[in-house]
Amino acid sequence: MTSDFDVAVIGAGVMGATTALHLARGGMRVALVDRGEICREASGVNAGTLTLHMTRAALIPYAMKGRALWLSAERWLGRDVGARSAPGFSLAFTTAEEEMLVKRAEARCAMGAPIRLVSPAEACAIDPGINPAIRAAAFCELDGHVTAYLTGRGYRQALTAAGVTMVEQIPVEAIESQGGGYLIRGTCGTRLSARRIVLAGGVWLESMLAMLGVRVKIKCLINQLIITERMRPVMRSVVGIANGLLSLKQFENGSILIGGGWQGRGDPIRGGVEPIPDNLIGNIRLARHAIPALGETRVVRIWLGLESETADAMPMIGPLPGMEGAYVIGCVHSGYTSAPYMGQLLAQHILGQEPEMPLFDPARLIDTTPSSVRMSA
Amino acid sequence: MSGETDLIVVGGGPAGVEAALAASERGLSVRLVDEAPQAGGQVYRAPPRAFGAKFQQKADPIGVRLRDRLRASAVQTHFDHSVWSASPGYRIDALGPDGAVSWRARAVIAATGAQERVVPFPGWTLPGVTGLAGATIMLKSQGMLPGAVTLVAGQGPLLLAVAIGILKAGGKLAAVIDLASQADWLADWPAIASQPRLALRGLAWQAILRRAGVPVLYRHAIRSAEAQGDQLLVSVGAVDAEGAPVAGRDRSFVVDALTVGNGLTASTDITRLMRAEHRFDSLRGGWVPQLDTDFRTTLPGLYVAGDGAGIAGAAAAAIDGRLAGLAVAHDLGQCDDAAYQNLIAPLRRSALRARKFGTAMAKLMVLRPAQVAAIADETIVCRCEDVTQGEICTAVREGARGVNQVKAWTRCGMGPCQGRICGDIVGQLVTGQGNAREEAGYFTGRTPFRPLPLDELAPPIAYGDLQLPPPAPL
Ligand SMILES: Cc1cc2nc3c(=O)[nH]c(=O)nc-3n(C[C@H](O)[C@H](O)[C@H](O)COP(=O)(O)OP(=O)(O)OC[C@H]3O[C@@H](n4cnc5c(N)ncnc54)[C@H](O)[C@@H]3O)c2cc1C
Ligand SMILES: Cc1cc2nc3c(=O)[nH]c(=O)nc-3n(C[C@H](O)[C@H](O)[C@H](O)COP(=O)(O)OP(=O)(O)OC[C@H]3O[C@@H](n4cnc5c(N)ncnc54)[C@H](O)[C@@H]3O)c2cc1C
Repeated sequence: MTSDFDVAVIGAGVMGATTALHLARGGMRVALVDRGEICREASGVNAGTLTLHMTRAALIPYAMKGRALWLSAERWLGRDVGARSAPGFSLAFTTAEEEMLVKRAEARCAMGAPIRLVSPAEACAIDPGINPAIRAAAFCELDGHVTAYLTGRGYRQALTAAGVTMVEQIPVEAIESQGGGYLIRGTCGTRLSARRIVLAGGVWLESMLAMLGVRVKIKCLINQLIITERMRPVMRSVVGIANGLLSLKQFENGSILIGGGWQGRGDPIRGGVEPIPDNLIGNIRLARHAIPALGETRVVRIWLGLESETADAMPMIGPLPGMEGAYVIGCVHSGYTSAPYMGQLLAQHILGQEPEMPLFDPARLIDTTPSSVRMSA
Repeated sequence: MSGETDLIVVGGGPAGVEAALAASERGLSVRLVDEAPQAGGQVYRAPPRAFGAKFQQKADPIGVRLRDRLRASAVQTHFDHSVWSASPGYRIDALGPDGAVSWRARAVIAATGAQERVVPFPGWTLPGVTGLAGATIMLKSQGMLPGAVTLVAGQGPLLLAVAIGILKAGGKLAAVIDLASQADWLADWPAIASQPRLALRGLAWQAILRRAGVPVLYRHAIRSAEAQGDQLLVSVGAVDAEGAPVAGRDRSFVVDALTVGNGLTASTDITRLMRAEHRFDSLRGGWVPQLDTDFRTTLPGLYVAGDGAGIAGAAAAAIDGRLAGLAVAHDLGQCDDAAYQNLIAPLRRSALRARKFGTAMAKLMVLRPAQVAAIADETIVCRCEDVTQGEICTAVREGARGVNQVKAWTRCGMGPCQGRICGDIVGQLVTGQGNAREEAGYFTGRTPFRPLPLDELAPPIAYGDLQLPPPAPL
């Protein structure tokens, strides 16, 4: 039977969108389906930090590739999405944090990140906004940030130009394998057939994979972000802390984004609903401790985004075992940074090329116990 | 955290005060929170205490009675407290003169009223241009005039109220520019006459305008305003029944101030934040929470009364507030079914009458799509972030289908007001590009409802006293 598309990508976050873009540029007829609008979930609401300080050590080489791609987005995406290079710090305020800082920096250096330890005086000379009470700092020239809310705008234009069929505001409800391909059923009676499918559903991957009878446990993090009013320039670097609980930067318009993975309230059904007051205050206290001038400004908005994580906190990117033409991509730590590269790797694999770097085999994560055993367990 | 009560009412306008009183009279412990210094809300706003007895006498007697009854009741009040968050359980967070506070309650009534809508025109963000509703606040709370000579423009009952307020305070009016025709005002006369006190006041106001020789231009709207020295040069032109500009000779006025408003929209911060369901109702001012007949939202324990449930006016707000307070008492077991039915039956009858009047007023305030469609390319729509009509429509052409995507792509609605001022206009602009208004949606509710000084929310503490979650994985 003939299919409408060579491949249907389900989930138009930055993972799905990048994969779709490279598949279309590789000559395939591609549909990109989302239950909402493009990049309105994690990929449009994340902190946009391109830091190597926080990226899991094993993913450093991917993150460095991804960071370089963001900074050259105008060339391959056709539009600047506010990607800016800036130096980045990870700070330590206690001896315990200093130990952690050294250990983390070493692990990342070993994977190729150009991180070095600097004295408090040197750190404050590079960025006078930093609290001089730090004990130590790790410094990395390669850091920066992207204006995440512009991601969808850049991608949508590129995808349309590449001939991708955009299907937005249509939740996929069922996927059936059919005559060597797949039939995708969405709301409003939408059906489309494709020879291959790529599942790119972020935290919704668990339910999306279940449509194919594949069981993978996916953890849903409810990450809190806080944005301030515009204020005078008070910092020029991306600032984090050894334990990973802070990410701080000032955008060109003067507003300051405070993140660090503090958790809020929400779930995959309602999305990120609201902050937990103690976590909100904790996050802010930590931020103003790092950059004291923050005390002068006002918070204008707090939101929460949903981030996915696998059991081993490593990505899930590659073919689904035993299913011809079915692929998955997601659950990448610091996934926004590496997404432009990760999607390219999966597209290379689907197009029959050898990916430049290894994928992350989903097979290791699939629960294969028969459902009867699971029920009784 | 301070103690738990049965009920927290957010908003001390007629709806909130009546709700608090009704619930308290049934034996509930009730807390009422408002960011204003005294109860009364927008209509019955109290003059500042420091203004002295003479000024106090000018306060609307209904408001004075409302405040007296509240003082005499067992309701615990917290004025000068701005609510910035509501969470399930329920927990209400506010910022007051002594910093951040939070309270718990079994139920919450949101009685947060309405906010002003202005259909943008070139120059609407200039100094000297104020909202009609904003002008009523200045007039009522400070007796302050917008300027020596003012042009009053827009639509709905506030138009007359502000014009009269200015004359009474000794100001001069260049003209009143009304989007509606005289026939629009008369169309609902029977409904208006159902509230004789208010109907008569309306007639008296028109007479005052005539005697003062103030020209009233019906079916006209502001085309543009520009600064001319310390003054404003305002151009005014005719519109058709839909609000679209009609070709012809524009008139211009040189004035000290321009006061303009296009009706009100419900203030739905709490229900949007908590993910209660909403529906679109243009007659009630746009997106409003979905309520049952007893003012319950789709979330158990969360109720809405007054203009925050959809624009219906102060008279309806007071009765609906009382009904909502009783509904909470009933749901929390302080009023059995029979007593509840007995109490609400007469209130519902008068609510019906009040709402008829409110509906007639609301009709005059309805947004006219053709007026929005006529906003020019370079006109600013989001005044916090300086986003123009052209930028919004370009984003829609590039594929943004809802207001939240438009917001992401243009920054419109990202400033300190969080889209309260432009939200309804942006929704209409997205709709005007071929999407259904329902599909365009509304700006997602988020905290804080008002900008929050970081210093007051999180005063500095010693680093060692910070409670940190476990570190992120290596
Ligand atoms: C608050 C926050 C801050 C972050 N900060 C950073 C950072 O600073 N730096 C960094 O590198 N990374 C950061 N991340 C991580 C990064 O955002 C994510 O790793 C990345 O965006 C994930 O992209 P994705 O495409 O896998 O998921 P998503 O962007 O969530 O996309 C999944 C898509 O699937 C769609 N979908 C779901 N179900 C269906 C269905 N049934 N049918 C059709 N479509 C469906 C959804 O609508 C969604 O658009 C952060 C994450 C969050 C939440
Ligand atoms: C600015 C303005 C001026 C108006 N002027 C007039 C007029 O002159 N004549 C007239 O007939 N009608 C007027 N109206 C319409 C009138 O407000 C309503 O019909 C009526 O007041 C509805 O009563 P309510 O109790 O629902 O709301 P309101 O009277 O608006 O009361 C709501 C109260 O909630 C408080 N509130 C809201 N959010 C928060 C928060 N986050 N934290 C703490 N407190 C909060 C406000 O301070 C306010 O006191 C005006 C409306 C507005 C918006």
